[in-house]
Amino acid sequence: MTDATPALSPPSSPRLTPAFVIGATLVGLHVIVGLITLFWAPYDPTAMTGGRLAPPSLAHWAGTDRLGRDLFTEIMVGARIALAVGIGAVAIAATIGVTIGLLAAFASRTVDDVLAATLDILIAFPTLLLAMLIVAASDGASLGTAILAIGIAASSIVARLTRILARRVLAMDYITAARVSGTGWLGIVRIHVLPNIWPTLIVNLALQFGLAVIAEASLSYLGLGAPPPNASWGRLLQEAQATVYTAPFGAVAPGIALVSLVIGLNLFADGLRDVADPTRRRR
Amino acid sequence: MADLLNIENLTIHHARQPLVSGVSLSLAAGERVGLIGESGSGKSLTALAAIGLLPEGMTASGSVLLAGQQVIGAAERDIVGFRGTAVATIFQEPLTALDPLMRIGDQIAEVLRRRARRDGRSVSRADVANEVLALMARVALPDPTRLARAYPHEMSGGQRQRAAIAMALASRPSLLIADEPTTALDVTTQAEVLKLLETLVREENMGLLFISHDLPVVGAAVDRVLVLRAGELVEEGQIAEVFGRPRHPYTQGLVEAARAFDHAIGAAL
Ligand SMILES: Nc1ncnc2c1ncn2[C@@H]1O[C@H](COP(=O)(O)OP(=O)(O)OP(=O)(O)O)[C@@H](O)[C@H]1O
Ligand SMILES: [Mg+2]
Repeated sequence: MTDATPALSPPSSPRLTPAFVIGATLVGLHVIVGLITLFWAPYDPTAMTGGRLAPPSLAHWAGTDRLGRDLFTEIMVGARIALAVGIGAVAIAATIGVTIGLLAAFASRTVDDVLAATLDILIAFPTLLLAMLIVAASDGASLGTAILAIGIAASSIVARLTRILARRVLAMDYITAARVSGTGWLGIVRIHVLPNIWPTLIVNLALQFGLAVIAEASLSYLGLGAPPPNASWGRLLQEAQATVYTAPFGAVAPGIALVSLVIGLNLFADGLRDVADPTRRRR
Repeated sequence: MADLLNIENLTIHHARQPLVSGVSLSLAAGERVGLIGESGSGKSLTALAAIGLLPEGMTASGSVLLAGQQVIGAAERDIVGFRGTAVATIFQEPLTALDPLMRIGDQIAEVLRRRARRDGRSVSRADVANEVLALMARVALPDPTRLARAYPHEMSGGQRQRAAIAMALASRPSLLIADEPTTALDVTTQAEVLKLLETLVREENMGLLFISHDLPVVGAAVDRVLVLRAGELVEEGQIAEVFGRPRHPYTQGLVEAARAFDHAIGAAL
């Protein structure tokens, strides 16, 4: 409504820290590379294009793997897979986690206690172990099961955080005032709870994104991720393991890709808090 | 005409422990009543019971008629229907009384829109925007067009409390419950906000339940006062009567303390 009134105060502008800019740049590069592979790649990622285990050269920027495939192409495709898994897993974790967390925050004491205890037990399981169990229980490893498994495993952490944050908001006087004036609980969630927990939640989701990328690489490394010919970074690392002394670049290149994306996501997550929360601006 | 609020023998338990026992209180249209007592005496709980929003784990017994409707034992969805027209609340801490991530104008507009929906009226954005500015001017907020776009942390404590009062006014309640609305403010601001509340209540002909532990503050805002101690009513009467001739030793103590404080202040000035 206030858009009908002229803005006399300068709009508060988010503070962009160097860490945030570096993080956003790293993530942005991976996103661009991932998008490019949808249309174009230097080589066919499955074709043998040169000698086996060739060192980096002008024709093959990251060298070739033991089957003579271009490693740089595979790493580019790997970025797409890592991002797809991250987006999918975070979307699943956010949907399930926020819903359960809000239900727990609004539930009666007993229901809340049961949910909280269940979440604590689920969180005690390492994400990877949980994901492995889920992959094992489905009909076999695929990109889809990896996304689902990592997303479900991460949702308990998101749920617990949502519950704690929402409880804190619900204890505020403005919630009581809103209830007095007749706001139902869906209105409370939409108008007050979600906007107030969002800044913290989005930071956590960005961190979960990084963890999902690592979890996918780990699953693929163990042969539980996307099956070949999907060039997951985890699979590249696993394949390079046998030849790590003779052709170290096969492990170093996907390693750099993985680490730079995860570091980028973590820096991005840190800076995101300042962007998302107007009370933290202009300090 | 039914009382705005009629509390009969209200008892509030928490974990089998009585926190409020046998409190009765009635408040007719346009009447201004004070509820005083030391910290922890059950003032806030009595107010929360009156609006059916006791914290989880607390049980209330007795009778609470808000605008003639029973609140105790009623389902939340039955109360939601009439609570907004019957009552509005203002709290002690203006920082937690406002959503930190919503612009002030939007928070007041939200109440206006809800009231319009409740009354089955449709209002345009421009109408709401104008009414927001009018309300902000009404509570003497300076430069409403600018402040409407401010977040709570960009305002002073007194301005936040004025904004909270504007939100309470926006729902046009017949009863206003103010729980220590001036305690968090410095003395000058406290006097201003108190004056504003008093004027508004009189002009809108609202009932007022004013909660405080501060005798002079209560005396300035209400006609009748109830004294609460450890969850029980110990004294009740017209303001002059209770302050002039306090019967209960506890009230006498309160009055003494307030006098001593006044003398100290007077000597210091
Ligand atoms: N959520 C709660 N759970 C348990 N006990 C509570 C809760 N809220 C209040 N109490 C207890 O109930 C009693 C009355 O509390 P209340 O908040 O009504 O006091 P008050 O008179 O408003 O005090 P103050 O002037 O400090 O606001 C206190 O002893 C307090 O410890
Ligand atoms: Mg209180």
